[in-house]
Amino acid sequence: MTSSVDMPAKGGVKRFLADQMRNIAPVFTLIALIVFFATQSPVFFTVANGLNILANASITGIIAVGLTFVILTAEIDLSVAAIANAIGITMAFFTAQPDYVNIAYIPLPGFIAIILTLLAAFGFGTITAFGVTRIGIPSFIMTLAMMQIANGVSAMLVRGQIAYEFPDLITMLGSGSILGLRWSIIVCILFMLVAHIVLTYTRFGRYVYMVGGNREAAEYSGVNVRMVIAAVMVICAMCSGVAGMLGVAYFGSAQQNGFDDFLLTAIAAVVVGGTSLFGGRGGIGNTIIGLMVLGVLNNGLDLISIDSFLKILIRGLILLIALVINVYAQKLKESTG
Amino acid sequence: MGSLTGGAAAPLVQHNTTPLLEMKGVTKRFGGIAALRDVDFSILAGEIHGLVGENGAGKSTLMKIIAGVYAGFDGQMLMGGVPVHFRSAADALTAGIGMVHQELSVVPDLSVAENVFLGSQPVMAGALVDWRGMNRQARTQIASLGLDIDPTTRMGSLPVGLQQLVELSRVLFSGARIIILDEPTSALSPPEVERLFTVLRRLRAEGRSIIFISHFLDDVLAISDRVTVFRNGAKVITEATSALTKDSIISHMIGRGSIDMHMGESAELTGDDSRTVVMSVDTVSDGNTLRDVSLNLRQGEITGVYGFMGCGQIELSRALFGKIGLKSGRLLLDGKPVRFNSTAQARAAGIAYVPESRRMMLFRTEPVYKNISISILDRISRIFLKPSAERQIADSHVKDLQIRPQTTDTILGNLSGGNQQKVALAKWLTHLPKVLILSEPTRGMDVGAKEDVIRIVKSLAKRGVAVLVLSTEPETILTLADRVTVMKRGHVAREFTQGRIEKADLLAAA
Repeated sequence: MTSSVDMPAKGGVKRFLADQMRNIAPVFTLIALIVFFATQSPVFFTVANGLNILANASITGIIAVGLTFVILTAEIDLSVAAIANAIGITMAFFTAQPDYVNIAYIPLPGFIAIILTLLAAFGFGTITAFGVTRIGIPSFIMTLAMMQIANGVSAMLVRGQIAYEFPDLITMLGSGSILGLRWSIIVCILFMLVAHIVLTYTRFGRYVYMVGGNREAAEYSGVNVRMVIAAVMVICAMCSGVAGMLGVAYFGSAQQNGFDDFLLTAIAAVVVGGTSLFGGRGGIGNTIIGLMVLGVLNNGLDLISIDSFLKILIRGLILLIALVINVYAQKLKESTG
Repeated sequence: MGSLTGGAAAPLVQHNTTPLLEMKGVTKRFGGIAALRDVDFSILAGEIHGLVGENGAGKSTLMKIIAGVYAGFDGQMLMGGVPVHFRSAADALTAGIGMVHQELSVVPDLSVAENVFLGSQPVMAGALVDWRGMNRQARTQIASLGLDIDPTTRMGSLPVGLQQLVELSRVLFSGARIIILDEPTSALSPPEVERLFTVLRRLRAEGRSIIFISHFLDDVLAISDRVTVFRNGAKVITEATSALTKDSIISHMIGRGSIDMHMGESAELTGDDSRTVVMSVDTVSDGNTLRDVSLNLRQGEITGVYGFMGCGQIELSRALFGKIGLKSGRLLLDGKPVRFNSTAQARAAGIAYVPESRRMMLFRTEPVYKNISISILDRISRIFLKPSAERQIADSHVKDLQIRPQTTDTILGNLSGGNQQKVALAKWLTHLPKVLILSEPTRGMDVGAKEDVIRIVKSLAKRGVAVLVLSTEPETILTLADRVTVMKRGHVAREFTQGRIEKADLLAAA
């Protein structure tokens, strides 16, 4: 069918595309969305709106950083949003609340409250890690249970009420800004930078990719696979915890169901960005693009007048398309590589 | 009734010389590299056609084209004189070409009948699986291969040889007239090989054609009508088997005077009990397969463990590397009891392991240098990676072991099997391990790569490493080992320390 002359060149291009598809497709999606919304809405392509998109993505971004580690090892964490909420509420629990809030709390100095809260996040991560690596519960189920447990902790602590006060440092990082830039954006960028360096330039990062690429081979190479998986589960819980602490300050309140949207958005960001669901491929760069795609989409849909119920459906469809590309890219890679 | 499939309706005897399948001028490139160059190849109806060549010689590539795995290639493929073009393995199967891969694709937890009908279960009333009909048909199907297996048996409980025949019957059932068998005898014991051959002769008599790919030249000579030899992506010769000998095939394969034609038929053992014991296995059981296994690995010595498939060698090697736990007994390293809860602990203690399947320890989509450095990363870097050091170390191994192509950035999956095996070895060579455990170190490798691996392993032993080689191939054991332990059904059946032993001694003891 094809002429034989251009076979090698074609093979080369095809191979390159197969290799890079998971990176190229999300970038093109992002550019297309930006161009589309810029032509549809006069306020979309402005600095103020850009900062708005970044601020909205920053909390999800911190969660997505942790999830990137987990998904790179071909595991999953469904408890991220629930843990973020539970940790946000724990933060409030250690802070004096105004009189009209009918919640039990233990007022502690700010930095002690922050340390205890971080320890709580570490605790959640450790339990997940233990269940997955020592007992051998699949992460999908283990984190489903942890999601429920974290929701339970949240419910016990707030009992249907709303807490408003957080340590000053957290309030500043969550809702304050410096030179017109929100602190939450800066924190998110710092997390991404550190995560990128860890994944790309450290031994641990290499282990994460190798365990995701071929777990058995990593084990037969003498890599402590269980330790690597335990570490990513803890890292993910810690990221969720920090996102929860900043998140409640960002919203201005801590309450049951405060983070309900964040599970889907965070997983979607990682996957839309092109990190392989089968592990071993992708990274923080992909996650950033994924966050931007979702951020631009949400923001843009708000700006052009569109049925707000349709928005939910459109988000679902975009996620589905990303999943198709993700799996297809993996297949292309396997058939040509 | 009782006939195999639609395909069996073909005339029984076809003594004409019109090829059933013909490949003309086939060339296949990957990137810029030609894996096959201008190959002509044909299969007659009712023939068993042996296909031999070193790894990377092009036989697998040709077979994958025939079986529809690779859709794009230059040249022509004709079936019964008509040009055909397969887009997928399913296309090829519809046209009557089926393949049984070296790694069996059976579902161990399903019954034999379910495996025979995998994907095409007979249904009744439009939706329900017709279990009785399925079992009855499966029994007929299997019986037509001359086997008596209860179709309700769990697949995984059968020996590998029978599982392979069940898979073969599945391919037959789906109507294949040309059956490609990739290394069908590599995991089989001699009686199992004989049973397979009986089945193949029966199929030939029915007019089906079989392509028999194997490194075991004795097997190829015993069963084939014609043999095709490949070398470096080109066909060297197609010849009637009666006109060939093992020696002549080898010289066609490697294109140079054969050095070790009788390599591995017998060996002079030089076990020396005065050497220091590095690792000692003391009445070890795993509660499953292994039963009170004891043996000593000595400094500078290669200990061979021989036995048929399933004799417990695999489990023994895994236990020594901390992959499976011990039920009873103990391991001593340098005289001190050790207990490994993970492979990482075993590696830290100085034990190196190359499992029987390359897939199990290599990262196909990663470059060579990452494959080599993974097991020594903690020695090169504490926190931050040092890619230049990784590449340098990898580069010295690539040169030492003559891994081709000689670059450290090649993606591993693009290397031939022999070169991949060298990479697997290279992982452990940067810092000499105390104990090196090799499971099937030369299985499925071509003559040249085999020699290289043998040379490397021997030189490691000379440098003081205690080497343990486990294999189901007597030749491998006899070529490498200084002393031999024969295992049988999970326990040590016999030990040979010194003096001359023959292949027959090993077979008799196992």
